[in-house]
Amino acid sequence: MRPRFVERLGFLSLVLVQNLGALAFFTLNVVRATVLRPYRLRRCINEVFDVGVLSLSIVCLSGFAVGAVLGLQGYDTLVRFGAEANVGAVVGLSLVKELGPVLTALLVIGRAGSATAAEIASMVTTEQLDGLRMMSIDPVDFVVAPKALALVVVMPLLSALFIVFALFGGYLVDVLLLGLHGGTYFSSLEASIEFGEDVVPSLSKSLIFGALVAFISTYRGYTSEPTSAGVSAATTGTVVTASVCVLLFDYVITALWGV
Amino acid sequence: MPGQEFRIALDGVCLTRGNRKIFRDLSCGFPRGQITVVLGGSGAGKSTLVRMIGGLTRPDSGTVQVAGEDITRLSERQLFRVRDRIGMLFQGGALLDSMTVFDNVALPLWEHSGLSERDIATEVTRRLQSVGLTGVENLYPRELSGGMSRRAALARAIVTDPEIVLVDEPFSGLDPINVRRIEALLTELNRRLSITLVVTSHHLASSLRMADRLVFLVDGHAISGSPEDLLASDDRRVVLFLEAEKDQSTEDYELTAGSSPAGGGGAS
Repeated sequence: MRPRFVERLGFLSLVLVQNLGALAFFTLNVVRATVLRPYRLRRCINEVFDVGVLSLSIVCLSGFAVGAVLGLQGYDTLVRFGAEANVGAVVGLSLVKELGPVLTALLVIGRAGSATAAEIASMVTTEQLDGLRMMSIDPVDFVVAPKALALVVVMPLLSALFIVFALFGGYLVDVLLLGLHGGTYFSSLEASIEFGEDVVPSLSKSLIFGALVAFISTYRGYTSEPTSAGVSAATTGTVVTASVCVLLFDYVITALWGV
Repeated sequence: MPGQEFRIALDGVCLTRGNRKIFRDLSCGFPRGQITVVLGGSGAGKSTLVRMIGGLTRPDSGTVQVAGEDITRLSERQLFRVRDRIGMLFQGGALLDSMTVFDNVALPLWEHSGLSERDIATEVTRRLQSVGLTGVENLYPRELSGGMSRRAALARAIVTDPEIVLVDEPFSGLDPINVRRIEALLTELNRRLSITLVVTSHHLASSLRMADRLVFLVDGHAISGSPEDLLASDDRRVVLFLEAEKDQSTEDYELTAGSSPAGGGGAS
């Protein structure tokens, strides 16, 4: 029993290392295709529209809801200690340092990461990528790089929007519903958040999450089996792997840099 | 194998997928400027053979010479140089579904030709007309029928005037009129531009009409010759296949004729 378990563990470790190596190689290829000519600006803009603009409503609505809940919970808790004047700081800091980048990344994974993986996987299934290869066009350059770049660029922007809408949600609940003074809300917010120490690291965190989602979703789509089950596995795999990676990296980044 | 007389030559090719041996020491050649039709039962490896010539599938062993170069040794980047001389029509068309028909056909020209937008537009329209497609430039592949989609894909495959065109199952799922149309188009291409054509097909009647040479795939090996050679072959496997295909063709014809009221109805 034990040798079989060890054998299985060894096999899984080898598969993991092999996959990590393949992902690293793929990532290098995508970076090379992004940096070197030809630059596919029009395709990138189209992808930014697909990934970013079409995710706007879901990100803004979710941000508003999260901010409203934070405002409500924060006020409820702080009022017990007579510290409700600090609710703006609580809402702002938790959004900027943690919830904004992480929740935006999870939303983008569900909305755009899965769609990216599914689209590339279905192109594999219908031989569209092979069709490009036969036209001497590198599919990584033509299909993958613009999608990956769009995800990286769009993530910090969506995260910023998420935070703005969440702050607005918190303001509405705390000021208009619970009767806190508007000036108190904004002054505590302004006093607690530093642009250089809080906002810039938050956007940098989003950029890293964007890169993670970009490489995982495109890799899963690109290396999928050319079957309908392969498309489904690529989509599910993207959501699971990218979500777990975002949460793990979030801890690592916070632990290392205190962001 | 007399490799020099062939534009494409496979020698000692072996390929295994899982437990299945697809090719066992397969050797065959495809003469320059001729139409070679690859025949064989389902799963015989016809599409795999065409993909191998295009460098999309690598053999486990053996060599694949295309235009004098062993492509099994080339990297993906180096293969692009060889593929510049090849056009390929995939079984499902493989048109990019996010682009219009015009953009699909224009894509190889945008990427490689250096022509002006105006010249590209003229060339694309001309190619689409040559495959019998007009007024579809702004449609997306999902808005085309199977036959139209395949003809658009053929226009894309030939738009750069390649020396070699690989055509995978061009007749499957097409009505007799479209079969004749594609067949005439491929024959004309070959005669007019001396393109080396490799066509895989199940369609025996068309294959016999258009082929200068037949390659019959069976049990991982190739039996090659002129259509007359293969028709006269006493190899049991060839005879069985040809007889079965002839019976199927006759059956299809009778079904078509029988199911049509006054000869005009749709076939199954």
